[in-house]
This record gives sequence, structure tokens and C-alpha cells, in this order.
Amino acid sequence: MQRSTEEFQKSTSPVEWLSVNAVRLLTAIAIPLVTFLGLYWGFFFLRDSSAPKEIIALIAIVWGVGGVAALYLVANALTEQMGDAWRSRIQPFIFVGPAVAILIWYLALPSLRTFWISLYDRSGADFVGLSNYSAVFTTRNMFTAFRNNLLWILFGASTSVIFGLLVAVLADRSRFERVAKSVIFMPMAISMVGAGVIWNMMYEVNPDIGLLNAIYTGLTGNAPVAWKAAAQIAPWNNLFLIAVMVWLQSGFAMVLFSAAIKGIPSEILEAGRVDGATEIQVFFRIMLPYIMGTIITVSTTITIFSLKIFDVVQVMTGGQFDTQVIATQFYREYFTNQNAGFGSAIAIILLITVVPVMIYNLRQLNDQEAF
Amino acid sequence: MAATSTRPQRGKRSNLGPILVNGSLLLLVLIWLLPTFALLVSSFRTRFDIQTTGWWAIVPHREWLIVNEIEPDPNWDRDGVMSIEGAQGTFEELRNGITLDNGTRVLWIGNKRIGKVVVQEYKWTTNFKFTLDNYGQVLGGKTFEIRQPDGSVRTEQADNFLGAFLNSLTVTIPSTLIPILIAAFAAYGFAWMRFPGRRVFFVIVVALLVVPLQIALVPILQDYVKLQLNGTFLGIWLAHTGFGLPLATYLLFNYIRGLPRDILESAFIDGASHFTIFIRLILPLSVPALASFAIFQFLWTWNDYLVALIFIGAKPDVQVLTMRLAEMVGSRGNDWHLLTAGAFVSMILPLVVFFSLQRFFVRGLLAGSVKG
Repeated sequence: MQRSTEEFQKSTSPVEWLSVNAVRLLTAIAIPLVTFLGLYWGFFFLRDSSAPKEIIALIAIVWGVGGVAALYLVANALTEQMGDAWRSRIQPFIFVGPAVAILIWYLALPSLRTFWISLYDRSGADFVGLSNYSAVFTTRNMFTAFRNNLLWILFGASTSVIFGLLVAVLADRSRFERVAKSVIFMPMAISMVGAGVIWNMMYEVNPDIGLLNAIYTGLTGNAPVAWKAAAQIAPWNNLFLIAVMVWLQSGFAMVLFSAAIKGIPSEILEAGRVDGATEIQVFFRIMLPYIMGTIITVSTTITIFSLKIFDVVQVMTGGQFDTQVIATQFYREYFTNQNAGFGSAIAIILLITVVPVMIYNLRQLNDQEAF
Repeated sequence: MAATSTRPQRGKRSNLGPILVNGSLLLLVLIWLLPTFALLVSSFRTRFDIQTTGWWAIVPHREWLIVNEIEPDPNWDRDGVMSIEGAQGTFEELRNGITLDNGTRVLWIGNKRIGKVVVQEYKWTTNFKFTLDNYGQVLGGKTFEIRQPDGSVRTEQADNFLGAFLNSLTVTIPSTLIPILIAAFAAYGFAWMRFPGRRVFFVIVVALLVVPLQIALVPILQDYVKLQLNGTFLGIWLAHTGFGLPLATYLLFNYIRGLPRDILESAFIDGASHFTIFIRLILPLSVPALASFAIFQFLWTWNDYLVALIFIGAKPDVQVLTMRLAEMVGSRGNDWHLLTAGAFVSMILPLVVFFSLQRFFVRGLLAGSVKG
């Protein structure tokens, strides 16, 4: 850039100036044009082509990832053509702009738009004010969903935290730390749909397939029970779904607790032991207070996770047998019952429940010196 | 995890005996492994075996095994006392089985008219017949041929998990790489550039960290219908990008901001542009953070069900594995030989990624992860 301004100052002939800039202008238009055309063509090829699946997959990946990279390259090449002042003004927005634009389109604006939709009736034609919200809080189905989400938080989140802490403490004292932690952590890699299938099999009514019923009928001689689908024990049949989340999330809690426990200076623990504290006392009086910050973080994260739980319930019971939760009710109202207003009101309620965490995060940001 | 393994083990002088510690740990580990193990074992068992015996039958155990089969003689007095293979009893007694002194048992299977008599012995056994047919049927494209025990060939509808596997790859790889690229540019911009609106934009990123994605589904679906992005790869990549960006930007910002400032300043003095510094210096230096987030996002998008369900919908040729599997739970919920194999097909890649790159994943988790 430096060089080209010098060139410009040196060259006195207007013809020369024009020719240099014409080429520049042409490339400035041609390169983006070719890029956009290529990407545009790729989109329709991928959508409508009947080529073999392997080829489509390959082209799609190259087109998608390469396309985004190409857009950045082109945008940068264009700014490099500009003068210094303009470049330093525009370049930050090329770096930050796409991310901010996508965030606004996909998350920030939808929050407002969903709220707007929630003020209208099922088809979006008539303004109904807040009556969708009063319906959310008075429908029996929704009441059950709220109660169930409460059960998920009370039993699911707390049990995950307790198991995570237990494994972290035990593993810290064991020679088999790595193996044990890997096994407990492993369900994190499994989809909730996959986990649903795995646990469906454990709970299967046929005692030749479901281990739980094999043990139950073997021990008691009673007829097998449908556990998760047993409406007669509602709401406690929810516990069988909640167990799946405990299985999935304890590993997450364990990893964070484990790191926190390793971070406790050994002198503190030793000092406690020298003063005659038992291991139980060391745990409750020294370790727990020391890692309280981590416990709060983990509990918050898992609580948010259990508020939004969807896949497990959808796959294992479809929200039947009094196991519906907020997220499955949202899906059912919006996509099955085609009630956009009601569904959106549920989504807004879900958003409101995480607002305290959002405010906390923003407060933390305020304390950082970078901003 | 690996980073801490060099530390000397603590608690050598603890009151909790090592047996108690390792014992309870072993118990927990077994409970955690059991469901996945059950799935894996069942996926290799034949349909008949799954329906008749539990997967735990692979463990050696004692059970009544048939040693001889007899066609009932039409002349037997079915309403009186019969004498078969040394056992004497009425039909009802034979139905319940008569145990002889030599340990064998005579049992009538079926009803009085049509049925058979078997002689059984209580023997140690293990059910160790494994097959790959379930996987063949689940992965196959249109139909799949199963060779029956009697030599005949039965043709069954296959489930085309292979196609869904390819779709999952096509969805997941760009859905992982695109947000990383966009977030890395943004993180660099936030960390090293000064521009108006910087603070406001970053506040947006942080505020959106915990926003549940349900909030976006209804409006975005409306946009997609208008833009005809519904059921396209581009549509779902962008959706995953949007939902993954807050965390990606936040994590990468924290990392890039922590890089030593003098490297950049000397590069600037040498006349390098922001773009060159980003490509040549920052990206290579940020590989650990990029890898952490990549694994995160990969597992998240591969295992995602809700976003795919909404934005891919019912288009069967774009369906990803989780949708395919969930659909099978609904339509063939009792075909455990297929469900188990299908579930394992959907789990294999994330498990491999997870175990080979666990170190990076843990690092990503510890860097603070609250995802919307």
C-alpha cells in the first residue's frame, strides 16, 4: 500500500494514473464477482444435484469451508486496495463484522422476534396481548412440564454434581485415576439420542432384554414394570429419564472438580491433617470451601442444561406418561400443534429463566480490565 | 487430565483404605460402563438370540439345554399318565417339566395336539454366537439379504445408516470449521484492534453465551422458508455457526488476548498487515485453543438432534444419524438387533475423536464452557 501511494505521487501523467486504477478497479469488481458467482452456483448444485452421495458430501465440505475462507480473502484484498486511513477504519469490521452479523441474525434479533410472535395468536394473524403467557401458566400440561423440569433440576443437577465430586475425590486418591476418569467422562461423547437408545434397552419391559426388569422380576417374582413409561408411579417415572442425564453429565462435573481439587495447595491439606483432622473433616472443612466457586459454576451449568433438556425425553417417551418438559412442550406446541404464539411464549419463558446467569456473566465482563 | 498425572499422588496417609477407595471407584466405573457394554454386545447378537435371552447370557452360566427332541406319538394317552424317556406323568406335569434322578429333565413344549417333547440337561453354557448381519442391515442402502440358519436367504428392508453417516459428516465438518474461522477473526479483532462499537459488540457476544437456542428456532425457520434454505446443508451450517459462535468467540478471545503482545508489535514494525499477522502468527499460535473448541463443536454438532430436526425436517436424503436413529426408535422400537447396531454406528466416530483427543477436550471444558 505504501508503495502504491508513492507510485501515485510519482506518476504525473493522468493516462498512466487512469490505466493503473482501471486495472485495480476491474480486479476489485471481477474477483468478488467471480467468487460470489462460484458460491451461488455451488449452492444450487448441492441442493438440486443427484450426483452420488460421496461426491456431494466432498463438494459440499470444500464449498462451505472454502467459501467462507474465500470471502474473508476477497474482503481483505479489497481493503488492501484502499488508502491507509480507510483501511484502518474498515478492517476491524471485516474481522469482527461477520461474527457480529451472524450473532445478531441468529440469536439477538430472534429473541425480540420470538417475543413479538408470542403476542399473537396461533396463526400470527391477531394480536392477543399476553394471553399466551396466561395460557402457559394455567394449562395442566404446562404445569406438569414445569414440575418435571423442577424434578430434573432438584434430582438431576444435584446428583450429577454429587457423583462428579465423589469420582473426582476418589480418583484423586487412586492409582487408576486416568482410566476411571475416562470411563465416567465417556458418555459426554455420546449423543442424547444414542443415550436414549442405550437406556431404553436397560428399561425395556421384556425381562430378556431389559436388565433392570430381569433383576426386578428375578428378585421379587413380580410382573415386569415399564419404568419410564409407568404413569401409575408418576411423577417418579421421571427419575428414570433423569438417571440418563446423570450418566451423561457427571463426567463434566468430575472434570471440573478434579482440576479444582488438584489446584488446592497440598500444604493446606497437610496442615489440616497434621492438626489431627480426619479425612472427612479435611473434605468438608478444607476442600469443599476451597472449591466452592467451581461447585457454583458447575451447578449453574448443569441447571441450565437440565432446563433445556429435550432429546432424552423426546426419544425415550416423546413427552408422554407425564414426562413432558418445557422444551418438549415447546416443540409440541409449535411444530405438532402449529401454535406459533403459544410455542414462542414457552421459548420466552425459557429465556427468562437464564437471564440471571446472563447478568452475572455481564457483571464479570465489567470487572475485566480489557473492556 | 494428562497435565496432572505427573503430580505425586496425594492421600497416601489417608484413613480411607486404598481398598475402599478403589473398590467404590471400580463399582462406579462398572455401573457407568454397563449400559454401553450392553448395547455393544447386543448389536452383535442375532435377532433370535436377543429376543430369547438377555445379553448377559454371554457370561458363562448354567441353564437347561436340549439334548434330545422327540415327536409325540399319536397313540399316547394324553389325558392320562404317559411314560416318556423314563419320566412318568400327566400332560400338566410334563408341561411343567419332570426332573429325573440322573439330572435330566423331560419337558413338553406346546399344546396337547401339536407340540414336542424335549429332554434337557442342566449344563454350563455361554451364548457366544456373534454376527455382523445387524450392521449390514442397518448400514445398507435399499435391501439387505440375511442368510438364515437353514440356508435360505431372507430379504429385509435396510436402514441406510451409511447415507446418514455421510450426511452427518457433511453437516458436521463445515459446522465445526466455519464457526472457528469466523470466531478466530472476530476474537483477533476484539483482542488487538481498536474500533468504535468494540465494547457493545463484545457485550452482545457475552450476553448470548447462555441464551437457549429454542428462542431462535421459530424466527429462523420463518427466514429459512423465505430464503429456501430449509433442508439445505448451507442452512444447517449457518444455524450451527450461529449457535456455536458466542462460545467460540469468547474462548478464542480469552486465548488470543493472552498471547504475548511484543510478538505482534515487532511484526507490525516489520510492516506486516493485520491479515498477515492473523494468518501467519495468530492462527498457528492458537492451535491448542482452536483444537479445544473444534472438538467441542464437533461433538456438539454430531450429537445434535434438535437443530437438525427443525432445519432439516423430513427430507430423507439430508437426514443425519441422530434423526435416523430417533426415527427408528419410533418406527421399529422393538427391533433391538437394529437399534443397538444403529446406535453404535452413530456413536463410533465421536467416541474415537473423544478418546484420541480427550486432552484438548478437557482443556476446552476448563476454559469455561456455558453453551446456549
